[in-house]
Amino acid sequence: MDNFITRRRRHELMVAGGLLVVAIVVPLFIRDVTALNVIILSLLFAGLSQAWNILGGYCGQISLGHALYFGMGSYVSTLLYVHGAIPPSIGMFAGAAVGGLAALLVGWPCFRLSGHYYAIATVVVGEIGYLLFLNWDYVGGATGVYIPIAKPSLLNLQFGKDKLPYLYVVLAFCAATWLAAWLIEGSRWGYAWRAVKDDMVAARSLGVNIFSSKMAAAAISGAFTGLGGAIYGLYVGYIDPDSVMAGHFSILIALPAVLGGVGTLWGPILGAALLIPMKELSSSYLGGSGRGVDLMLYGAMIVVVALAQPQGVVSLFRRRAHGPA
Amino acid sequence: MALLEIDGVSKSFGGVAANVDISFAVTEGEILGLIGPNGAGKTSLFNAIAGEVTPDAGEIRLDGAPISGLGPVACAERGIARTFQVVRSFDSMTVLENVMVGAFSRAGHAPVAMRAAQETLEFCGLANRAGRFAWQLSPPEKRRLEVARALATQPKLLLLDEMLTGLTPTEAQEGVQLVRAVRDRGITVIMVEHVMEIVLPLVSRAVVLNLGRVLTIGAPAEIVKNPDVIRAYLGDRYAAA
Ligand SMILES: Nc1ncnc2c1ncn2[C@@H]1O[C@H](COP(=O)(O)OP(=O)(O)OP(=O)(O)O)[C@@H](O)[C@H]1O
Ligand SMILES: [Mg+2]
Repeated sequence: MDNFITRRRRHELMVAGGLLVVAIVVPLFIRDVTALNVIILSLLFAGLSQAWNILGGYCGQISLGHALYFGMGSYVSTLLYVHGAIPPSIGMFAGAAVGGLAALLVGWPCFRLSGHYYAIATVVVGEIGYLLFLNWDYVGGATGVYIPIAKPSLLNLQFGKDKLPYLYVVLAFCAATWLAAWLIEGSRWGYAWRAVKDDMVAARSLGVNIFSSKMAAAAISGAFTGLGGAIYGLYVGYIDPDSVMAGHFSILIALPAVLGGVGTLWGPILGAALLIPMKELSSSYLGGSGRGVDLMLYGAMIVVVALAQPQGVVSLFRRRAHGPA
Repeated sequence: MALLEIDGVSKSFGGVAANVDISFAVTEGEILGLIGPNGAGKTSLFNAIAGEVTPDAGEIRLDGAPISGLGPVACAERGIARTFQVVRSFDSMTVLENVMVGAFSRAGHAPVAMRAAQETLEFCGLANRAGRFAWQLSPPEKRRLEVARALATQPKLLLLDEMLTGLTPTEAQEGVQLVRAVRDRGITVIMVEHVMEIVLPLVSRAVVLNLGRVLTIGAPAEIVKNPDVIRAYLGDRYAAA
């Protein structure tokens, strides 16, 4: 059947395909390592923020504790490699599974809380996770874990000094999260989740199970976040609680979607494309003192977007209403 | 045959007795009116039937099977759909998408839900609004959207809470026609309405609630002559006159 929904979805898929081709080809001509690094981080955070968007944007459950799933994903894949000799290309899926499981465990008690209380609970849980890892010797405690350098290969997901293969791995991750969101948008789940976000009482009167909707969204969101964490760990080659589990990561994961437009397919990508280069630029100019300025920058951006374009930057590109009449 | 049986249902909120020992049955295929002054307990009874609240005492049966306490999702699955006194719409979604949420309760796949939702919109006279966002609709259109969304779940029983309130006489007449068309599809309807002139011509029987209790049950002609009803609505002075 051809109507405005099916047309819109086909159009989105075509745009995404075009962007993917651009994202594959353009980096082939980039030699500058700093630029490649910024692109890699932008793609990574676009994917992470899309994962966050699946729970926070589509289902309306604002999580400020996604650093926990991110950190667990990177720890699981790293430790499986260090202690179990399981190659990261396999271990990262274990990281994803643990990320999803952790999100379910957090959701089980916390989804019974309403609105802001869920967000607050995720902050607290995230902080507890951070402190646990900081004091847990088996996982390296505050010292962290180095990922042993292995022969460059796809199996090890290590590519030596060559950044381009990493870029493609992260691009695949970003594309996978986008595709997941696109598929969800068109599915029964996507409709149920958006209904849960807009009006829970009306949703359940139509047979939508609120709790299992939130749990399903959390599992998918947490799993992709864990996967992203595993990839990040491999890319930087060293993880400790401060670099993968600290609270500001939770903000950094949520922020691109919030800036770009929550509950939209392009919001997280657009937001990451604006935010991450700016963040990297400011920290390279300001060096170690950049952290505080980062935060002020985020704060300022949130205020500007909230005032000027509450639906996110993506709404600048959108026609006022869809379809006929 | 009775589609719905309400058997001694009571519900209190804190000290307020919203429903007290309410019993009546709804026949399959009828339009039943549920009327009464403000605070009589009409919406509370709808909440109990739709599974949104669990009665403190008594039982509600659909097709002979108890449903009280099962919750709204199970009630929706068993064929109870409702609209809300204060309109609830999914404002970030288009009109068609709103109705698809309801349609998905019977359809596993998006194309099936989309087709069902489109048919339902046509039935409710909203097909030309399919692509609008729900928040863009006028108040009477929003009421229709709620009806369409509820119908998309393919209910046996439809609960309409003040669907016609606040509409102009013309809009209200269009609403009345929609309710008749719903009944003609074989769906049993319970309508809560304040304005007796609108409901009474439409319904086969009416249940009058007052202060949480059933005041009387009867055909519209009996209801308007009942002194208790007149007293409840207009006060003692008018009943004596
Ligand atoms: N969730 C609730 N918590 C507390 N009190 C409630 C609740 N729901 C209903 N009540 C009380 O129960 C009584 C009946 O309310 P209800 O909404 O059922 O009346 P109604 O007949 O629908 O009135 P109206 O015509 O104004 O809509 C009122 O006194 C109301 O304040
Ligand atoms: Mg009411």
